[in-house]
Amino acid sequence: MLKRRHSNAEVVRITVDGETVEARAGESVAAAVLAHTAGATRTTPVSGAPRAPYCLMGVCFECQMVIDGVPNRQACMIRVRDGMSVTRQDGARDLEGAPGGGA
Amino acid sequence: MSTPDYDIVVIGAGPAGMAAAHEATNLGLKVVVIDEQDGPGGQIYRDVERVAMQRAHDLDVLGPDYKYGFGLVDGLRASGVRHLKGHTVWQIERDGTVWCSDGEKAKRIKARRVLLATGAMERPVPVPGWTLPGTMTAGAAQILMKSAGMVPAGPIAICGSGPLLLLIADQLVRAGADIAVIAETTTFGDYLRAAPKLPEALFGFEYLQKGMAMRRRIKAAGVEIASGISALRINGTDKAEGVSFRQGGRTRTVAASTVLLHQGVVPNTQATRQLRLEHLWHASQHYWYPKTGVNGATELENIFIAGDGAGISGARAAEASGRLTALQIALSLEAVGDADFALKARPWQSELKRHQSVRPMLDALFAPPAEILNPPDDATVVCRCEEVTAGDVRKAAALGAPGPNQLKAFYRAGMGPCQGRMCGLTVIEILAAAHRKTPAEIGAYRIRPPLKPLTLAELADMDMPEEESAAG
Amino acid sequence: MPDQTARGNSKRGFDVAVIGGGMIGPALSLGLLARGLRVCILDEGDDVLRVARGNFGLVWFQGKGFGMPRYVDWTRRSASLYPDFAAELKEFTGVDIGHANPGGLELLLGEEELAHRQHFIGQIYQQGGGKDYEVEFLDRKQVDEMLPGVALSDEVVGASYSPIDGHVNPLFLLRAMHTRFQQLGGTYLPQHRVSGVRKNGAAYDVMTEAGTVGAGKVVIAAGHGLKELGPPLGLDIPIRPQRGHILVTERTKQILPMPMSAFRQTAEGSIMLGVSAEEAGYNDQVDTATVAKIAERAARTIPALRGLNIVRSWAALRVLTPDKCPVYAESQSHPGIYGIASHSGVTLAAVNAKVAANWIAGDPPPDEFQAFGVERFDA
Repeated sequence: MLKRRHSNAEVVRITVDGETVEARAGESVAAAVLAHTAGATRTTPVSGAPRAPYCLMGVCFECQMVIDGVPNRQACMIRVRDGMSVTRQDGARDLEGAPGGGA
Repeated sequence: MSTPDYDIVVIGAGPAGMAAAHEATNLGLKVVVIDEQDGPGGQIYRDVERVAMQRAHDLDVLGPDYKYGFGLVDGLRASGVRHLKGHTVWQIERDGTVWCSDGEKAKRIKARRVLLATGAMERPVPVPGWTLPGTMTAGAAQILMKSAGMVPAGPIAICGSGPLLLLIADQLVRAGADIAVIAETTTFGDYLRAAPKLPEALFGFEYLQKGMAMRRRIKAAGVEIASGISALRINGTDKAEGVSFRQGGRTRTVAASTVLLHQGVVPNTQATRQLRLEHLWHASQHYWYPKTGVNGATELENIFIAGDGAGISGARAAEASGRLTALQIALSLEAVGDADFALKARPWQSELKRHQSVRPMLDALFAPPAEILNPPDDATVVCRCEEVTAGDVRKAAALGAPGPNQLKAFYRAGMGPCQGRMCGLTVIEILAAAHRKTPAEIGAYRIRPPLKPLTLAELADMDMPEEESAAG
Repeated sequence: MPDQTARGNSKRGFDVAVIGGGMIGPALSLGLLARGLRVCILDEGDDVLRVARGNFGLVWFQGKGFGMPRYVDWTRRSASLYPDFAAELKEFTGVDIGHANPGGLELLLGEEELAHRQHFIGQIYQQGGGKDYEVEFLDRKQVDEMLPGVALSDEVVGASYSPIDGHVNPLFLLRAMHTRFQQLGGTYLPQHRVSGVRKNGAAYDVMTEAGTVGAGKVVIAAGHGLKELGPPLGLDIPIRPQRGHILVTERTKQILPMPMSAFRQTAEGSIMLGVSAEEAGYNDQVDTATVAKIAERAARTIPALRGLNIVRSWAALRVLTPDKCPVYAESQSHPGIYGIASHSGVTLAAVNAKVAANWIAGDPPPDEFQAFGVERFDA
């Protein structure tokens, strides 16, 4: 769980697991989600173990989430956008939500 | 190779990459910078412009070393160099072809020279419970502060050793965060080992003073620093709830909802391994680094390496290294003559030397503890992606696996999305201990493209001109 | 008992020294150990060519043995022995090698491919002289029924299908075989790269980088190593490297119910995409043009896969004989030295362990071996 310091960045509204959350322009999705929840942001495909972002720089791949319908995206590498939908990546991904090569 | 698009492709927009791109462009060379982040700065100067715009008051929290990044970012912008932001490099070919992706389309860039400035990453800290949500690296906490203006909410435990440990603690204290404990593995013995290196460390004395000043500030804020700790474990079932460690002969447990781990940084060698460059083992800091000659040259005439990716020396050294490597490349492309090269290089050579001189002392002071390198508890997860434990690695050793690649074949360690970034160094240490060999003798994971995942669509839609496909 | 701790410079007293720790060496060794023989496996270091790591995991029957009916028989035999082989490994090592026999498909894009494949398969059938050849052709509708939930592109006109085809987890297979090998008292000697073999009375001395190993018999199951090791020992077997690439996706929920020649989903969820064949010498570097070709064909065949992330790719070198059929040969000049060349170590693991090993142990060769000699290449 994180808390935000004062910023003059504009508010951006995203949904996290269906809940509307106020984020700030410029934040990564990972940061915005961590400001909202303390628990798992994904469960592993191997054993269903709870995981959350670890390195925040694109190295560890723990921050994988479903962003705008596309599974397994590194949330720490994507900035929030108004209207974005973010859900927990539960286990192995689905085939769907994967259009021909772009969101 | 058909006509190159650029003289130099610089991979990485951290201090080394920015400095190199600026220098090379000033010498009249055609340069492109590729970086996966959407703004310049690398990790150390990450989002420096955004902080100035949105959270200028945080610049004081982050400190003067961070603000130094403005100069480099301004220099990059002023040079007008093409900067492919938000582009991930996924393959580098030995002839200087670089493949990258913007997330939608795979692109190919050909350059006469490739300058790798991909920097460092945090050393993995495999302790029991390190995979629990709420556990992050100290670097992650810094990134959150820089790029999102956030600090962890609840009680924070900061554990490990290394230059970043006190720095992040100091920054968090100044940001008013609630720190439950700083549990450092550095012992008095480490100080004794580092002391003889002090005389040759030009900034060594100032460094230690800075460290002591940070300690005073932290303690004055009422935060405890427990030193010489061992047997660190993170407690909790679904998320981190605290840490336990041994200190002075007794076991202590401290409640925390965020645990920050740090044991120094190590070069990110994915790209250099994918290129099959020769690597050397750093005996005291326990990492592999690519072998470089004068000013970042490698065994391949067209591939150069600058900054922490060639060996950890810090941001200021990385900048100097970037300048020197750019000059060396320019020399090889005859964009600068010998005399001019010598003139331009000299101040950066002194700068590099000055900033590197403190390293032996730091390396001795912050040598990673054996139990972090080779986790004693068999149940400790080592490969996070595939959930391979230290015990599994030892079983593979008992089955005869001589190195990480046979381990990979037996247990899938290193096969997940991170492709061995998080487990590589640990499996090498465990195998070395099991086989009674040095890590240098054990080797490293074979790294194949793509360096980062990209979609089947991108690969399928790549433009592959007919005459290129014969290249082996 | 031979020196299992492998200390010191000289290890002696083995009945069989098997050179090669990939798919073939360990499989043969299990059979030899079951005969009560003392066996060691000599292996190289960690980052070497290792053909065994370059495999798809198919236990494949259809399309094999063109020009050699006995290879068809040998392959069929292995497939039939696989379930027991897998069960045994699971029982003793606890490792489930994930063997499954749901049948297999080769998807065909366009009428020309279909016609070509029909001709090819037809020839294999005919060469069998009327014997049943368990490969049939399915039309598009039938293929769709075999792959429910998989949206194939319009280009897929049909497929060749065999109920004998299956797949296995090749990594678990390797680990299970090595584990069983140790359990049965085999001695595994990695970092014992072999430079040559010398006669020593009635037995042989195998010279390795870590000292000499003495054995009554020697089996060269060393992949490409046979090219150098074989000729001085009367086993001049014509093999050449042929590179093949594989792309691997991230773990995905199970969508492919059966293996195909160019698509296989592992139990973990990763989907492996093939196939390629390049004459590239001993270069096992990934070639981007080839990756693009595999990706393009995969995307053409099953467009729904387009959004999946490719997490890694690799290239490995098949051991190919001129007719692509295996060689199992005993040297004439050096009796007791055997050479094996095959690019189907996974498919043949069961029959190697259960049948071929007995030939090395001294039994008469199986019927199929009449075709597997090296003389067939004499012009």
